[in-house]
Amino acid sequence: MTARRISAGGARPIPFTFDGKSFSGIQGDTIASALLANGVRVVGRSFKYHRPRGIVGSGAEEPNAVVDVTLAGKTTPNVRATTEPLADGMAVRSVNAAPTAEADRAGFLDRFAAFIPAGFYYKTFLWPDWHLFEPRIRAMAGLGRLDPAHQPPADSPSINLRCDVLVVGAGAAGLAAARSAARAGGRVMLVDDQDAPGGSLGHRPAVIDGMPGGVWAEAVVTELRAAGHTVLSRATAFGLYDHGLVAVWQRRTGLPDALWQVRAKRIVVAAGAIERPLVFPDNDRPGVMSAEAALVYLRRHGVLAGERIVVATNNDKAYAVAVALHEAGAQVTVADTRPRGTLALRDGVEVIHQATIDGVSGARGVSSVTVSGRPIEADCVLTSGGFTPTVHLFCQAKGRLRFDEAIAGFIPGDPVAGMAVAGAANGAFAVSQVLAQGHAAGGGAGEPPRATTPDDTCAVAAAWPAPRGKARQWIDFQNDVAVKDVALAARENFRSVEHLKRYTTLGMATDQGKTSNMNGLAAMAAITGRTIAETGTTTYRPPFVPVPFTVVAGRRRGEFFNPVKRLALENQHRADGAVFREYGGWLRPGWYGTGQPATEIAREARQARATVGILDGSPLGKIEVIGPQAGAVVDYNSYQTLSTLKPGRIRYGFMLTESGVIYDDGVVSKLSDDHYVVSCSSGHVGGVVLRLEEWRQDRFDRSQVFVHNSTPQWATLTATGPRSRDLVAMLGLGVDLSDDALPHMSFADGSFAGGPARVSRVSFTGDRSYEIAVPTGTAKALHLAMMEAGRTLDAVLLGSEALLLLRAEKGYIIAGKDTDGTTMPHDLGIAGPRDKRAGEFVGKRSLFTENALRDDRQQGVGLTVAEGEPPLPTGAHAVETRGGARRSIGFVTSSYQSPVLGRPVALALIERGLSRLGETLDFVHLGTTRRATIAPVCAFDPEGARING
Amino acid sequence: MQLFPCPFCGPRDETEFQFATEAGKTRPEPAAEVSAERWTKYLYLKDNPKGPTREVWLHVTCGEFFLMERDTVSHAVAGSQALGGDPR
Ligand SMILES: [Zn+2]
Repeated sequence: MTARRISAGGARPIPFTFDGKSFSGIQGDTIASALLANGVRVVGRSFKYHRPRGIVGSGAEEPNAVVDVTLAGKTTPNVRATTEPLADGMAVRSVNAAPTAEADRAGFLDRFAAFIPAGFYYKTFLWPDWHLFEPRIRAMAGLGRLDPAHQPPADSPSINLRCDVLVVGAGAAGLAAARSAARAGGRVMLVDDQDAPGGSLGHRPAVIDGMPGGVWAEAVVTELRAAGHTVLSRATAFGLYDHGLVAVWQRRTGLPDALWQVRAKRIVVAAGAIERPLVFPDNDRPGVMSAEAALVYLRRHGVLAGERIVVATNNDKAYAVAVALHEAGAQVTVADTRPRGTLALRDGVEVIHQATIDGVSGARGVSSVTVSGRPIEADCVLTSGGFTPTVHLFCQAKGRLRFDEAIAGFIPGDPVAGMAVAGAANGAFAVSQVLAQGHAAGGGAGEPPRATTPDDTCAVAAAWPAPRGKARQWIDFQNDVAVKDVALAARENFRSVEHLKRYTTLGMATDQGKTSNMNGLAAMAAITGRTIAETGTTTYRPPFVPVPFTVVAGRRRGEFFNPVKRLALENQHRADGAVFREYGGWLRPGWYGTGQPATEIAREARQARATVGILDGSPLGKIEVIGPQAGAVVDYNSYQTLSTLKPGRIRYGFMLTESGVIYDDGVVSKLSDDHYVVSCSSGHVGGVVLRLEEWRQDRFDRSQVFVHNSTPQWATLTATGPRSRDLVAMLGLGVDLSDDALPHMSFADGSFAGGPARVSRVSFTGDRSYEIAVPTGTAKALHLAMMEAGRTLDAVLLGSEALLLLRAEKGYIIAGKDTDGTTMPHDLGIAGPRDKRAGEFVGKRSLFTENALRDDRQQGVGLTVAEGEPPLPTGAHAVETRGGARRSIGFVTSSYQSPVLGRPVALALIERGLSRLGETLDFVHLGTTRRATIAPVCAFDPEGARING
Repeated sequence: MQLFPCPFCGPRDETEFQFATEAGKTRPEPAAEVSAERWTKYLYLKDNPKGPTREVWLHVTCGEFFLMERDTVSHAVAGSQALGGDPR
């Protein structure tokens, strides 16, 4: 016989499958309790040796029962069976086992275990090259399977909460703490990772304030909720981060999981303690379990862990387990490692003192146990090696631990500011002491809760693992680390616990060594002849439990990961057949029409040169600089002097970094001596605003100048081409469009649809162009008016791709595409301000460094190719061979087929490029070599006649 | 997640901030009189102290630069103040 359900309490049955077989659990089950209730012993295979393994624990500490769960079409890999509630129709699969945990093909691996010791992979696959072996080893490694077809929805909310006191753990200590903190008047948050509050009160009876423990727990929670405090169940505080931020993962029924980010003035850690196993030969057989877990399964789920049970213990707490199992009908033998027990047991339970567990038989499940040389028939071995306080949050808050001999475990040492640790997490196991500590930790307001039941004693006598002959005594079940591996690590001088961990992988599995770290470091201490305190612990890093990436990422995925900026006219462009692409963070029409992109782009470019193109230029920056010092601020931030402009005029210029490198280019319009508009490139608006702000705040009188980014308030529609003036004239903007009144690089204010309309003559195509800026509210009307006017002029809608092509024909740069992190203005042949401008500006000194003045700098040039050849690949490297060595002397930055010129045009950065005009170079790209000749950057209308054409 | 105190907005998550520079640096000017060594030091060399430090940070969401004193080891923040009138 094995484990079985002895009491279902009338709960509703829940059908589920495990490794393809059908089973039935009941409402309130976890997957683990349901598997136990059905007598399933082998629930998985160990990571390295594929040994059959069964359920060990009842919570987050579980090392073995890791499963893939499919529910309602959604598969979640690597779920702990001990913490996952059973649900109707759940399909549960074991991990690291094929086809099933019971009949695993890789089970043979264990027979070769002697040849696969700790460090095996590090040593064996070094020669000739780890990467030869890696794919096969990786295929063998890993646990659960992701379903590649399932894209989990980005629906986990992230919730921020501030409170006075955050209490972690809703056992007796946490409840007492939350209760007193609430009575003191603060705002309290209580989080607990179990299904229901109460902690060990749910399986260890106590009477508190005259009520059974479970009823008292419910009463406290009811009181907290009624007073408006936040109480979360199934919520794990998995990490404490900088400045006391506590992250909480909440599982919610019928809702996506939530991530809470909690900042509390004080934190009470009442996270309890985890029972650790006794370590003895073959202690990993299915059916060897934690004694405390067996009590949980009995009291919470009505599941009896076995028929004939041996309880191996080094402490008193397991005696209550033995009694409870005996009363439930099991035949129980206590094997106590201590010379004498401190508790009397009732008739029918045999107690063996000074017991040693020599071994466990039964490959697929315990069949007998040898205690002090005597075989005892058994189907279940429960072990209790004492309790390890859960001190993770305390340690993450930089708290130091001290080893406490009385409980044989590490407990918090000197207190950490803003944090209190109470109850079992603090090494207190007697319920009266737990309640007192919790009450004090919560602030001590009001009457403390009182327990009227006798206190449990712990009375643990350490029984740490130590090498014993050839038998394998398992410490870390999930990563298959045995005592002999610790001994090997010690022999090879990996004696520090951090080295032990990495060499043997002890504690590195997804259970993070909750049941094994303490035993591992104690074994190392014993082997190296040091004390446990001297040996120390590894670092307690978050997360406490594996947290799904979907919860951490929350909604910041897909289109919300880095949301694009959208045009006011997006819907109009869609109606006009636009194909959208992202440009500098903006979603813009790349081209219009359903034909081949290259064909449509060429059509748009050719037509814009022939008649007029209409383009949405709204993302172009419109940053207003206002105030008496406005001119000084824009001058200081620009390579070119701008304040000398006449009002109504526009100038093109660069903004440099302090390293002298071109950061952005754009135009600045001067409205008046104390009002400028900086029209930077669309991708740099945020950055230019910050640069202007930085110097405004740090160098100028901040009361004398203001910076305002009005980009989102305006839509800008551009008409460009020979017929652009005719088109704008039809809009009735009330602006004199004659070249005398509105020459190139000037602007005029008119009106449209009852609102303002600014008409600027700037050109990114080299053709006559008008940019019309209107408030976004009238953008649609302007667009429609321009489309209507364009009908008679054979106008064309121009997407970004065609615009990029047209500007490349003219040799106009895109900062960051045709320049890189070294390009200075004089590298583009614009050295006037450097040579002539007096006064300071950003980047000035860097234009005169030794490096800036080198004569072999990469300079901006154009390229031509032989007649009939296709465009050069963008990114192709110009190479030079000297003395047999080939090296790059630059690269192609932009390259297009020009429909108007009927040949390719290209821009490049080439060493000494400006003095190499006419020179033909080799360009290498992905193994092919092309020839191209260095030319002036401007390939189209070099005289610039078309700007007024 | 650290909490930084913007002098204008109060304590906010660190993700809203950008580091600007170490406090106390004076831009050497005029350019023609600044040696390459001095300019290099100004541009690229940071003290990067272990322990207490004074820095200029930007609260991106409000656009204000400010001075902050903090500890690079403990991450404790001692305080912050607006740039106006500071001796930087
Ligand atoms: Zn702020």
